[in-house]
Amino acid sequence: MNSTSLKLFQGIGRYGVLLALLALIVFGWLRYDNFLGTFNVLSVLRYNSMFALVALGMCFVIITGGIDLSVGSTAALGSVVAAMLSPYGWLPGLLGGLAAGLAVGASNAFIITRLNILPFIATLATMLAAGGCALLLAENQSVSVSYESGFTELGQGDFLGFPIPGWIALIAYLLGSVVLNLTSFGRTILAIGGNEDAARLMGLPANRVKALVYLTSGGLAGLAGVILAAQFGAGQPIEGVGWELFAIAAVVVGGTLLTGGVGSVGSTLAGVLLLGLIFNILNFENGLGWISLSAYWQSVIRGAFLLLVVAIQARLSMRPEEAA
Amino acid sequence: MAETATTLPPAQRAPGIDFRSLLTRHGAWIALALLILFNLAVTPNFATWQTLNVNLTQVCTIVIVGVGMTLVIATGGIDLSVGALMAIAGALAPLIFLGKLFPLPHPALGIALAFVLPALATGALGWFNGWLVTRLRIQPIIATLVLFIAGRGIAQVFTNGNLQVFNLPSFQFIGLGRVFGIPFQALLMIVIVAVAAWMLRRTVFGRQILAIGGNERAARLSGIPVASVKQRVYLISGLLSGIAGLIVIARNSAADANLVGLGMELDAIAAVAVGGTLLTGGRATVIGTLVGALIIQLVRYTLLANGVPDAAALVAKAVIIVLAVWLQRQSHR
Repeated sequence: MNSTSLKLFQGIGRYGVLLALLALIVFGWLRYDNFLGTFNVLSVLRYNSMFALVALGMCFVIITGGIDLSVGSTAALGSVVAAMLSPYGWLPGLLGGLAAGLAVGASNAFIITRLNILPFIATLATMLAAGGCALLLAENQSVSVSYESGFTELGQGDFLGFPIPGWIALIAYLLGSVVLNLTSFGRTILAIGGNEDAARLMGLPANRVKALVYLTSGGLAGLAGVILAAQFGAGQPIEGVGWELFAIAAVVVGGTLLTGGVGSVGSTLAGVLLLGLIFNILNFENGLGWISLSAYWQSVIRGAFLLLVVAIQARLSMRPEEAA
Repeated sequence: MAETATTLPPAQRAPGIDFRSLLTRHGAWIALALLILFNLAVTPNFATWQTLNVNLTQVCTIVIVGVGMTLVIATGGIDLSVGALMAIAGALAPLIFLGKLFPLPHPALGIALAFVLPALATGALGWFNGWLVTRLRIQPIIATLVLFIAGRGIAQVFTNGNLQVFNLPSFQFIGLGRVFGIPFQALLMIVIVAVAAWMLRRTVFGRQILAIGGNERAARLSGIPVASVKQRVYLISGLLSGIAGLIVIARNSAADANLVGLGMELDAIAAVAVGGTLLTGGRATVIGTLVGALIIQLVRYTLLANGVPDAAALVAKAVIIVLAVWLQRQSHR
């Protein structure tokens, strides 16, 4: 296969997620009255901003060829710390959650770059540890947040008619896109994912960049935890289970290769919205009363949908002689 | 771990026997021995049948699932769906022997089918995982993520999310029964470990697994049927997960699709990693996985028996995983 047709196939893979997202929006718009109503759109954005932040960090990690399984329990830890600090005001809550996330990210960075342990195992271990710390801090309960300090605004409030978590995610994605596409840091990330040894031989600071990537992922997960606590009015030590897999799914659906070297911030956002909208549409279906889908069916349908998307992607990225 | 690890190519021999290589090669065994010694000294009532039985029954399912995981990881893959498959087997078995799925001609037949059909179903789902990995070329972590997400949902749909309680000694023998005073599940575990260890070391299939994990391209070029070997490995992992699911529900006298096998994929992967199997594939030790699972279980037991909360045990587990894998890396330098 020559490079032009390879680019074409990758292009379909990348725009496939946008086409699927568009198709889903049109389907919802035709089928449900209030699907594109302000309330539904804003609540979808408000709820999914947490996943968007986690997926953004995951996108960076996966582009370097790594994986971060700890994001879910990092978010849980961040939510607990934020909730415990929330009586002192929104800023201490925010900074506390962020610091907790950065601490887990720093542990990941240390284990992966200094101890030279595979990201899969390193982040599996910190996933357990962060979850354990969250449970210890919260004493196995959820920690209610202070409603007087204005902390809950971080999750429930609006700014210029747009949800504050949505703003946070939007800014993070704009920054992420600029960093990946326009800075030497971003180019180094792509180079490491493409071929780490080559990047090292070229004199790129592979370890420092990788460490920063895991730090970023941890920080974003901590931020997601802050929003979680603010949105639901409590720090949740057992929340965040399965977030890492949701984030991986969103990144992969967005066309980023798990082998690293290729990836896009925008497609990751599209992947998050796609998976989030499936959930939203299933709720509408329930509301219409056409079908009565229990929560159990929802995970089956999500899994089937993930299967569909990755199967199509696998088909597109196969060489023609293999696809026959 | 030189004599317990099956490696392709054979493990390098260290030039001399120094303390450092002793520590890194036999780290898992030493850790296990230290843990046992520590418990004998500190934990009250440690050296009793009661304690042994508690630990054995807790560790059996992790080891059985871990054996399948070891084989999958040896090919360079991973299986995230094991916990969900346990839930499916656990949900199916009571539906069968309670006659809710189809009418039973004879209760004994129902019980026999309750052993066979769920394991066959999870084996088939494992085969499906392998199909995704080999035919559609989906990366194992994503391919098995599909059933990780959907599998528990499937189990919940079967049972409508309800708890199925039962009291059926002939079925529950797999989880509660004893042979010569030893729990049946422990015997089952030992048989599975022995067969898998023998298979990995002595059979062509075992060599093919390691060859694929070592260098898939080279294995393909030397004529090994890579796709079919990988598919069989995922099938075995699914089958063993199903058996573990049956043991869990037999032990609990109840099947709860929400809880059976929850987090098992992490425990199994951790046991494999601590046991000395390389996560990049090509080097695997089934006995190591058994030791790894025993270590993780013993740490948890030690902490709980000495009044440390369960959450702190999670942190300890994390430290052990990192330490064990780091020590192994030192031995490969």
